Amino acid sequence: MFGLANPQRFMSATRRLPAVLGVAAGLLLAAGVWLGFTAPEDYQQGDTVRIMFVHVPASWLSLAVYAAMGGASFFALVFRHPLADAAARTAAPIGAAFTALALITGSLWGRPMWGTWWEWDARLTSVLVLFLFYLGYMALRASIDDEQKAGRAAAVLALAGLINLPIVKFSVDWWNTLHQPASVFRADGPAMTADILTPLLVMGVAYTVFFAALWVTAIRAEVNQRRANALALRAAGGA
Amino acid sequence: MPDLNMGEYGAYVWPAWGVSALVMAALVWSVLSKARKAKRALDQAEGRDPS
Repeated sequence: MFGLANPQRFMSATRRLPAVLGVAAGLLLAAGVWLGFTAPEDYQQGDTVRIMFVHVPASWLSLAVYAAMGGASFFALVFRHPLADAAARTAAPIGAAFTALALITGSLWGRPMWGTWWEWDARLTSVLVLFLFYLGYMALRASIDDEQKAGRAAAVLALAGLINLPIVKFSVDWWNTLHQPASVFRADGPAMTADILTPLLVMGVAYTVFFAALWVTAIRAEVNQRRANALALRAAGGA
Repeated sequence: MPDLNMGEYGAYVWPAWGVSALVMAALVWSVLSKARKAKRALDQAEGRDPS
């Protein structure tokens, strides 16, 4: 595992991975779409339950990607490992996109079910804060010219933002919220029937594999770009 | 067969799926174009570098 922290070893070990993950993500997404639209409508929510198949996986990924970004930032900050820094940097825009999707699709689900597009309740607000942490991370990196300083400052911000993850997750238990409590990962099992749970889980796996395909591709691109920049700098210095 | 008639909720269900598809397609396009750009830059730099 730690052998992969070497950029060259990572590049050779992951050469075919993006294509494999990309095909798997495509097949899983196709299966998820099919299952999502063949599932019966919910007896209370009607067809709006189909929004759940895109909203919940995006919400899961918004948290998981931030956790991955925080973990990578920790390794980048403590061990000053360039691959960990590349991993954190490339995770940010993907995580921000998933968080934006969670907010937008949640709003589209909230309007017909709650009668409002937005409510400043604990879950919605903490997810908005998560989105702002992603934006802050990217803005901070972009605002500092020195790559190493930018990486370190952004890593500190990413680590500080980790505190928000349990707040997002448990906000529905700690406060009275309009948002419903957890209905899949519960101590007494999922609170939904198999015909709704199956498409949700398939879409959850599909989004995860989709993210993995994008992330590996993006890290490989970042490694290539940094190597190109270093070579160009060396060539300019020798000229 | 899939049921594509969302009835009164079509105005919420289709935009939710549509924006998801759009953002995911944009992510794929963005990551792939960065990967191509980086590969081109590396090829160019390796061509210039005598080592």
